[in-house]
Amino acid sequence: MSPSGPAEPRRRRFGIGFFFRTLGLIFVVVVILGLVYLLYPRPMLQSEPIEAPQAAAQVDHLRPVSDFDNIADLRARSVALFEEAGRVIQNPRCMNCHPRSDRPTQTDAVRAHTPWVSRGFDGGGEPTMRCSTCHQNENIEASGVPGNPLWHLAPIEMAWQGKTLGEICEQLLDPARSGMSREELLHHMAEDELVGWAWNPGGDRTPAPGTQQEFGAIIAAWLDTGGACPQ
Amino acid sequence: MYTISVNNQTYDVDEDGQTPLLWVLRDILKMTGTKYGCGIAQCGACTIHVDDQPMRSCTLPLEVASSYRITTIEAVEGTEVEAVRAAWVARDVPQCGFCQSGQIMSAVALLRTIPSPSDSDIDTAMSGNICRCATYNRIRAAIHDAAGTLKGAAE
Repeated sequence: MSPSGPAEPRRRRFGIGFFFRTLGLIFVVVVILGLVYLLYPRPMLQSEPIEAPQAAAQVDHLRPVSDFDNIADLRARSVALFEEAGRVIQNPRCMNCHPRSDRPTQTDAVRAHTPWVSRGFDGGGEPTMRCSTCHQNENIEASGVPGNPLWHLAPIEMAWQGKTLGEICEQLLDPARSGMSREELLHHMAEDELVGWAWNPGGDRTPAPGTQQEFGAIIAAWLDTGGACPQ
Repeated sequence: MYTISVNNQTYDVDEDGQTPLLWVLRDILKMTGTKYGCGIAQCGACTIHVDDQPMRSCTLPLEVASSYRITTIEAVEGTEVEAVRAAWVARDVPQCGFCQSGQIMSAVALLRTIPSPSDSDIDTAMSGNICRCATYNRIRAAIHDAAGTLKGAAE
């Protein structure tokens, strides 16, 4: 069995051609699988309504005025009423706009407002950096920026931060500092629209306790009982 | 459907009234000069002019914007704009540039209100525009340069 005639060319089973054919086949398979993945029908993303603000059931109510009737001493009753009102007055929603400096604070942590802003001549910001640069007439859910048509800081004479509840009480009753008579003070607390924002702060801000109506009733009863201040 | 006036042209926009104007500008009107930085009015990249007042378009709902005259970086013009542009180029202010359209809109509004601002005026007006490249020193110098140009032109 010796070889005779021209030798048959040796067939290379795993030659370079085979390698490229396999590579080409893998490439075609990957492209087909990729196209199947890309073209496979799937639901389009739909816009969804933003979740409604927190449920009313979570309201942390203020004590009703009748709860204080059993305090016989009128002055003690008045002080107790103001201390209940203090739960609202010393809430971050109120304190943040009654800062001790020209800069408002923000969040439940009562930290400095970002960006840097200053009260300006009317409490509505500096002429070149007005509150309305960012704050609209209503809370904006998309950005989380709170708002109200009257958005502005309390005057510096009405700074509450760093003061005791008793000091705030004395300040409220002093027309030279509050700029308000007792009737105007009651209106500010019970009916002012910007004050009312504290119970509807939007975003993830914690509302002031109770409702503005409950708070107004407490303030009215406090003034009716002589407007006594805690020590 | 809302009709808004942007850069002296009116557009009919059929979107939810609460849509921030920023997205109307960028996604619908394809005016991408106004930038999205944070979306929560903390960075100033989306600053536009609303009846000439600088405002953040990320927190300005479409239904509110439709009552005003909106100007964006694409079409803001005037002597202050020319002075700011020249100063920005001369000082080579931008680094990455992302915040700059907002910076320029605030700077132009500042110069229209206070033609010769002090450092303190600049800090106040520009405090809401942040720059992660920290080009603040060049921005401040360029605003002073632009104020000088405006003063020279007025004399």
